[in-house]
Amino acid sequence: MTAPVDVLIIGAGASGAAVAWSLAETRMRILCLEQGDWVKSTAFPSNGRDWEQRQFSDFSTSPNRRRSAGDYPINDADSPIKVVNFNGVGGGTILFAAHFPRLHPSDFRVRTLDGVADDWPVDYATLEPYFALNDRMMGIASLAGDPAYPPKEAVLPPLPLGRTGTTLGRAMNQLGWHWWPADSAIATREYEGRAKCANLGHCIAGCAQGAKASTDLTYWPQAMRQRVELRTRCRVREITVDERGMASGAVYYDADGVEVFQPAEIVILACNGVGTPRILLNSVSGQFQRGLANSSGLVGKNLMFHPYASIRGYFEEPLDGYRGPHIGTWSQQFYETDRSRGYLRGYTYQFVRGQGPVLTAMTGMASGHIPWGEGHHAAYRRLFDRSAGMVAICEDLPEEQNTVTLDPTLKDAHSVPAPKITYRLSENSKRMLEHSIARGRDILAAAGACDIVSEAPLPNAGWHLMGTTRMGTDPQRSVVNEWGRSHDVKNLFVVDGSIFVTSGGVNPTATIQALALYVADSIKRRLANLFD
Amino acid sequence: MSQSSSIPKPTNLPDAQYRALRRIAALMIPPSGEYGVPGADDEAIFSDIVRSLDRDAESVSAALTRLDELAGSPFADRSDKDQRDATRRLLECEPALAALLCTVVVRCYYRDDRVMRSLGMELRPPFPKGFDVEQGDWSLLDPVRARGKIYREVS
Repeated sequence: MTAPVDVLIIGAGASGAAVAWSLAETRMRILCLEQGDWVKSTAFPSNGRDWEQRQFSDFSTSPNRRRSAGDYPINDADSPIKVVNFNGVGGGTILFAAHFPRLHPSDFRVRTLDGVADDWPVDYATLEPYFALNDRMMGIASLAGDPAYPPKEAVLPPLPLGRTGTTLGRAMNQLGWHWWPADSAIATREYEGRAKCANLGHCIAGCAQGAKASTDLTYWPQAMRQRVELRTRCRVREITVDERGMASGAVYYDADGVEVFQPAEIVILACNGVGTPRILLNSVSGQFQRGLANSSGLVGKNLMFHPYASIRGYFEEPLDGYRGPHIGTWSQQFYETDRSRGYLRGYTYQFVRGQGPVLTAMTGMASGHIPWGEGHHAAYRRLFDRSAGMVAICEDLPEEQNTVTLDPTLKDAHSVPAPKITYRLSENSKRMLEHSIARGRDILAAAGACDIVSEAPLPNAGWHLMGTTRMGTDPQRSVVNEWGRSHDVKNLFVVDGSIFVTSGGVNPTATIQALALYVADSIKRRLANLFD
Repeated sequence: MSQSSSIPKPTNLPDAQYRALRRIAALMIPPSGEYGVPGADDEAIFSDIVRSLDRDAESVSAALTRLDELAGSPFADRSDKDQRDATRRLLECEPALAALLCTVVVRCYYRDDRVMRSLGMELRPPFPKGFDVEQGDWSLLDPVRARGKIYREVS
């Protein structure tokens, strides 16, 4: 047993870092356990000539392929969308594209507006100050005035449009459709110790320049200066409870594989939509026989990904190629519900630049545009540096049959049961994906592209893991309350994407972090009677 | 080329599979005098391919076993015509296996110095020099602004 702490945070990613930083001002003893390690910027692939190769090996986004010491296996055979993540200080922000949209005001009122799913117990206005604070902490590049959002501050100048943004922007104007520079967690000038983006173009495999706002560079240094302790290579097996049914701490395996009990007054889960339910379901006791905080039976249910479609074409003139942040602009023309489209809710287009030499070959050969044998070289040169397109990120509505459960046989390196994913694509999602492909082809045709190819759903794109410990005011229909506290265990909190009620049609990191800051403030306001 | 410490240890393929993979690499990307590039079976490139099989070694071995089945006997020992026929059947009947073989070949071929030079690329990693990306025409956003807000108000 180690010395007791006031607050134990499990997970050092996007949300764990934010909640740790916010709570640090209370001067409570705060400890964070992270199963992965720190990643040095010198380790990132863009330092070497094998930068594309390594996204298929030690910097793969798939934990099942990467298999680093910090990873745990995930059985996702029963899902058309495979989980991608990163386990280490910074979590998913190490390997994310830094695309940083917020949920919209309408996303919090889905039941009221569109008659599906449920409204959130919080709204955009409540979270708005936390969005703004988080934008400053992360250093968000954006252009003020986006007609798809209520007014918001631009912290840093936007990413360059480049040839890709200009070409596709002209097409969107021709069609009369919305587009705008994307909010990005990328420093477009020096910011809080982070270097200016040098357009390395390989953000998804980690930023060697340190321009990308991963939380190992943003929140963690500030939290640690305020004496938050971060212990790496520590994998939590379960959260323990005392005779009163309160969380008493956690059992974890340290870097040497030794089992340790860490007592704590408050436990905060920040392990994402797969890791958090996994720990709760592994935390079985006489009082909590279905897993901790699971009286509703909803722990692990309502798993939401964002189904993605990809639409890409090739142009006569060279564009940006692999240079520059991959996503430069977005469109939310089809974000809000329009029932005439045949589905409810909507999606965002992320306009993407081109591909590196290896990916150009892989995608061109897969689509048949680059042949084997004679003609390979000429065809390759027609495509290299000339591709651009978009991915559509579609809102995924919650459904109880989409789940994270414990696999009966698969275990991690410490013999802890691994998660199993069961997921079906809904008819609504299928129709939305079809719509996004059709309109995406319209856009590329208007831009002058040829050889347009599309794919949906993208199989290796389970970036966003949401809904598996949903928030709500009704203990029978939710796992945590409107400020992230477990209905069942009054000193247990969840701050990651698990608590999302619906997914929106945007990347969730900005909203996850805003929620983490909001939950932290809720805790601070209630310290005197937190467990009432 | 410079290599990071992540490059895996050499992988030992049985001789017949080594020769089969090399033949597949040659059929996939032949040399080109016009563009001044070697084929993917070039000694240096192919050594890199084999050395870099890494997490795919088992799957590649399985794909080559399937290729032997499609060829009716060890692929590496068949005639040129039989090899081309078997490769065609692999592409038609086993697209996932064909894609795997493509992946392991092109991820090494398209980092070879001679190939990079032919494409006009600098022989360097992205970091630290980075790249220039032009700002683009910001006035293109004027019509978007002019159309006004598109998000739904929520009371």
